[in-house]
Amino acid sequence: MSKKTSTLAESKEQPGAASAKSTDARLAPINARLTPEAKIELHRKMVRIRRFEERSLRAYQAKKIGGFLHLYIGQEAVAVGSCSLMGPNDHVITAYRDHGHAIAVGMELNPLMAELYGKATGCSKGKGGSMHYFDPSRNFWGGHGIVGGQIPLGVGLAYGVKYKGLKGAAMAFMGDGAVNQGAVHEAYNLASLWKLPVVFVIENNGYSMGTSQARSSAGELAKRAEGYDMPWGQCNGHDVYEVRACMDKHLTLAREKNQPSTVEIDTYRYRGHSVADPDNTYRTKAEIEEYRKTKDPIEVFQRQLLSEGVLTEALIEKIDAEARAEAENSAEFAEASPFPTPDDIQKDVYWESDNPAGRKSEGRLFFD
Amino acid sequence: MPVITYREAIRHALAEEIERDSNVVVMGEEVAQFNGAYKVTEGLLAKYGPQRIVDTPISEAGFIGMGIGASMLGVRPVMELMFWSFYSVAFDQILNNAANVRYMSGGLINCPIVIRGPANGGTNVGATHSHTPENVLANHPGVKVVVPATPYDAKGLLKAAIRDNDPVFFLENTILYGEKGEVPTEEYVIPLGKSDVKRVGTDLTIVTYGRCVLHSLAAAAILEKEHDISVEIIDLRSIRPLDIDPVLASVAKTHRVLIVEEQKPFCSVGTQLAYMIQREAFDELDGPIHRLATIDAPAIYSPPVETEQLPNPQRVLKAALAALA
Ligand SMILES: Cc1ncc(C[n+]2csc(CCOP(=O)(O)OP(=O)(O)O)c2C)c(N)n1
Ligand SMILES: [Mg+2]
Repeated sequence: MSKKTSTLAESKEQPGAASAKSTDARLAPINARLTPEAKIELHRKMVRIRRFEERSLRAYQAKKIGGFLHLYIGQEAVAVGSCSLMGPNDHVITAYRDHGHAIAVGMELNPLMAELYGKATGCSKGKGGSMHYFDPSRNFWGGHGIVGGQIPLGVGLAYGVKYKGLKGAAMAFMGDGAVNQGAVHEAYNLASLWKLPVVFVIENNGYSMGTSQARSSAGELAKRAEGYDMPWGQCNGHDVYEVRACMDKHLTLAREKNQPSTVEIDTYRYRGHSVADPDNTYRTKAEIEEYRKTKDPIEVFQRQLLSEGVLTEALIEKIDAEARAEAENSAEFAEASPFPTPDDIQKDVYWESDNPAGRKSEGRLFFD
Repeated sequence: MPVITYREAIRHALAEEIERDSNVVVMGEEVAQFNGAYKVTEGLLAKYGPQRIVDTPISEAGFIGMGIGASMLGVRPVMELMFWSFYSVAFDQILNNAANVRYMSGGLINCPIVIRGPANGGTNVGATHSHTPENVLANHPGVKVVVPATPYDAKGLLKAAIRDNDPVFFLENTILYGEKGEVPTEEYVIPLGKSDVKRVGTDLTIVTYGRCVLHSLAAAAILEKEHDISVEIIDLRSIRPLDIDPVLASVAKTHRVLIVEEQKPFCSVGTQLAYMIQREAFDELDGPIHRLATIDAPAIYSPPVETEQLPNPQRVLKAALAALA
């Protein structure tokens, strides 16, 4: 991200310690009215995401998990800050790096870990895997494996909210690499043309797989919104207060004025693109260390809450121990759970085949 | 019974479903103000207003993806593709999102969307505008594919498609839009996955769907008159779900089969039918299963030659005689 100011007058924080910007964010009404309990909850959610993913990494290394595992470690403040603002008619959709969003909207760790293990008790009954978590009961619409393909769906969620006359917004998350997909641009145009209540959130972690932003994208990412006559903003994604303050403005625009907008949130992933990524060709160890040391979202917020007297060292330890235990339990739950059976393969394909009493079509739905 | 066109039959189905269910929205390029590129939606904007009849930009991936997302929340979008040929630019949305989202969510999310529009050759618009993707679409578990041949079928099947809780892809035909047929004024719905015997016969079973039903009927009349051959014609109407049992019953009666389809032959719908017929009615067959398809090349422009590339009554006639030889 460059340091240009946006049409929403967000500007990027300079690297380094707490700035005037983060103080502003702390004093923003959306944060100022947080109770100590709510602040602790934000912290706890980030810690639970981190411990869950660390535990999943160990399970992956132990070959308990197949396929890809895209870890969100380092980016937790983005999902937690954004999803903490959700009201009853707000919706979330994201890409394959979805564990953080799933936990942030309130999904339990057991079905999430079981899904990674490919178990029948998984949130998608072992049919989706790491990249395809869903929980419509919490307005969480996935979990999508095709880069950028979820963004038109996010616009559709906003269309649905508006069509039904509800006051709400959809948050459509994507990575910095996804911004180059045509479907994203088509979605931008539709959202702006039809004034749909959606916030496009670019989680800019600097890389799409092994390709840095500089090698993949011409110009400022969020600024592309200007071409579609949408306001845009940028914010520091290492500080949960800043994420909340920024996202609150954009969500309010969507909910109150049906004004879509784009937010680019500066963040960083510590792990490789996926666990299979050797992560030694496109960035330096020093760069990763720098982020870990100075910008870790959990550390940043922990320090903040210590200084506010909301957290104590003892409480931090307790929360961490509980999160570790919860993650461990989820692995035990997953381990003990049954796999789906071959009989389950053809379930959940059609509404009609799963609801034979309501079936109106005839003929064969499945073929040998 | 009133006689109306295929185009009007589809329009009536849309109007009735818009009135029946406030979640039904018709969307697509030129469907509203322009009254539809093929005038299928003519008059609907004036009657139902811009909330229900929505013009989209030329942005198939965007608006179809948007429709899929809205359908997950319970809206029932009926999206028009000006030509089904343009599905290729929305392929990811149609086949990764619409077809897969229910499965990948372990059955938690439904996608009650309808995508409709014409899918045919024969109008001299060249290879980019003449695709017939019913085989490609039907290859994806999770979707339903319907190809109506008559005004009566088009109306009843579209109403069923709109009420269906799974994604339904409805493939029309620009050449059929002006064809007329009897359509009752009282309401009716034709279940998806139900084939229809369009002609009863004893010597040869023609399995077909879409405009090829009309070619087959024309050929059957000549075969009867000039060759004393009695042809049974089964119109599948739906490709998925597939109503194969009446086909098998017919084969048990005639013992000879010709499949007629406006498809490129390789991995076509007919390929699947031939597999199923030989698998399930092998002992009933008195000869190999024959097939007439589009001649295997991209759609040619040259008007008189395109007619020859596609199935037509003369080609069906020849193929039928070959199947009986
Ligand atoms: C259409 C498509 N192309 C390529 C891929 C393979 N792929 C998966 S993630 C990824 C990088 C995406 O990077 P970004 O959008 O920045 O998200 P991040 O991984 O950083 O969260 C690539 C190339 C894919 N899943 N889908
Ligand atoms: Mg990235």
